[in-house]
Amino acid sequence: MSNMVQAIRMALHVAEERHGVTDIFGEDVGPPLGGAFTATQGLKTAWNSPLDERGIVGASIGLGLAGCRNVAEIQFCDYAFNAIDLLKLGGMIHWSSNGDWNCPMTIMTPVGSGIRGSIYHSHSFDATATHIPGYKIAIPSTPKDAYGLLLSCVVDPNPCFFLVPKALMRVRAQPGEEIPGEPGDDKALSKLIDAPLGERSQWKPQWPDTPDLFIPFGEARTVRPGRDLTVVSYGRTLPLCARAAEELSREEIEAEVIDLRSLHPYDWERIAESVRRTGRALFVNEDTEITNFGEHLLRRTVEELFYELIAPPRLLAGAHVPGIGLADSLEMASVPQLPSITEAIRSLARIEP
Amino acid sequence: MSTSLRPVLSPPETELSPELLRKLHELMVKGRLLEERLMQMYRQGDGYFWIGGPGEEAFNVPLGLLIEKGRGPQYDYCHFHYRQSATLLAMGADPIDSLRMMKNTATDPYTGGRNFSGHYSIREWNVVPISSPIEVQYAMAPGTAIAQKRIAGGRGITIVTGGDAGTAEGDFASCLIWSSRPANPLPVLILVTNNKWGISTHWQGQHGEKRISDRGKAFGIESKTIDGNDPEICYRELRGAMEYVRSERRPFLMEAIVSRLYGHSSASGANRVNDEADCLQGFEHRLEERGLLTRAQIEELRARFAAELQEAHRKVRQEPMPEGRTIFDHVFSDRDLVRERP
Repeated sequence: MSNMVQAIRMALHVAEERHGVTDIFGEDVGPPLGGAFTATQGLKTAWNSPLDERGIVGASIGLGLAGCRNVAEIQFCDYAFNAIDLLKLGGMIHWSSNGDWNCPMTIMTPVGSGIRGSIYHSHSFDATATHIPGYKIAIPSTPKDAYGLLLSCVVDPNPCFFLVPKALMRVRAQPGEEIPGEPGDDKALSKLIDAPLGERSQWKPQWPDTPDLFIPFGEARTVRPGRDLTVVSYGRTLPLCARAAEELSREEIEAEVIDLRSLHPYDWERIAESVRRTGRALFVNEDTEITNFGEHLLRRTVEELFYELIAPPRLLAGAHVPGIGLADSLEMASVPQLPSITEAIRSLARIEP
Repeated sequence: MSTSLRPVLSPPETELSPELLRKLHELMVKGRLLEERLMQMYRQGDGYFWIGGPGEEAFNVPLGLLIEKGRGPQYDYCHFHYRQSATLLAMGADPIDSLRMMKNTATDPYTGGRNFSGHYSIREWNVVPISSPIEVQYAMAPGTAIAQKRIAGGRGITIVTGGDAGTAEGDFASCLIWSSRPANPLPVLILVTNNKWGISTHWQGQHGEKRISDRGKAFGIESKTIDGNDPEICYRELRGAMEYVRSERRPFLMEAIVSRLYGHSSASGANRVNDEADCLQGFEHRLEERGLLTRAQIEELRARFAAELQEAHRKVRQEPMPEGRTIFDHVFSDRDLVRERP
């Protein structure tokens, strides 16, 4: 059963074999390394670029304009900030030309905390990405979703952000969540598609026969049904929300957990339907809390569902501090963790109107 | 890795034909009058902002005539900046469309009233949307060139233009680096029209390099600085540089020294300056001396274009403005237009 980086690799293989992807590129993306997180090992169209994020985004736009489907990686989203105006430019090609041009491109970048990455390898990008109109934005929390969302990105005629939660890259799929065609045995899959350590110039992957699986943008997934409150999350915090909900069921609190998966377009219908049933809503993500995407969802909840709420809706997000400190205690205090999520669900469930 | 290059052939010293010289002149006049009309529109309230390239016609017109115009990587990709209306005219654009963009009418075929004057966008001709940042085109250009380099026997090249001030931005360095990577040198014609100004700031106080073209040398890029006020030199040099990029599939950096005859934009008044060489005047003197055109013919040409533009202006005034409800149009595309076959 694959982990998320292996799922990404398999999706990119399918993308270059069957969906016309001509370039998968960025810093250390090509051989010998195949990506800082190994997500691009063994791919025939992967190549190394100069250490130049503006150049990477610019080349991605140019390739897109020339009709070349491409996946450009920013090695860590922390390094995408010097390319913000180029990212904005990509998002306005179709609009500014009044519909004459389009620009197929996928910007793939690891996001978030969880690897003790300190100040410059822990940033989130969801608040920034959702603030750039013109992009479709995916953020998976399982290997299968990563596979299906990435394939949706590469065939889309518009610019897409594919945000990869670093903390979940090595997490394996749950039983029943495997990608069709992948070997069930971890070691067998590793032998097929993981590059050997050390010398690997002669190595070639053997790709399992995996299908075209497109998870559409704007379709959230209900991870766990529940009657008492609605928890909406994505990325690293999603599995923590699911675990917290599981634990709280012992206290007879039944939380419904929704994995948003796609931040733009996003599945408002599913959120609204759930909140109408439960009357309580908690939004959880780890980007800094001021001008946070969860705030947008919370605003719509208040504006559109106010009279159906039993308790004030709540956002649990990252502290509004410039970075995530390296020490374990600092990282734990900066972004939502299992205890703070559990407590947020519990306290919201217990508010009496 | 070796960076040795085949020498660039010097453009032949042969005279350009009288027909070509008259054509260059006609388009330069047309380009100048178009900019003058656009400035007039601004002053009359038929547009919010003017920016353009009066004074750069001697460079822009030959460039437009030499471009292999078409759609897709077999043809040239144009990553222009906002001072190139004369290039677009030389490529065959209808001047009235520039007036439509100036007045931001719904009929503006380039942006539908969404962008400033001079911000062209024509997919049919590979003119990618021009945007106001002065440098981003240099970062995008390698992308289209990568696609062109892949085509076996392809002769399509990527042409990117910016000003001298914009070369201070990192994207210019990105363009030099990405175009000359030993792993994959790219067919990019990197152009800099050096008008010596960034809005109100003179080049001399900000740039220690003697020539912008010198920066290409560090990357093994063929580089040259030319007199951008002489259309004959520009035509010959651009033709030579383009032929090099087309056949060698390698970059070329060309800096053209040009004039800025009406300041930066309407924001600085768009007033005529008198201390810069006027490429059109100089060329007309030469054509008269050589007996290729008479003053009367030149005046007749001007009068004809001026009348055509006046009529176009009158027409554009009557055209509809975009409706506010259209702002949500074209945020996303349903079609992969750039992948559809021409």
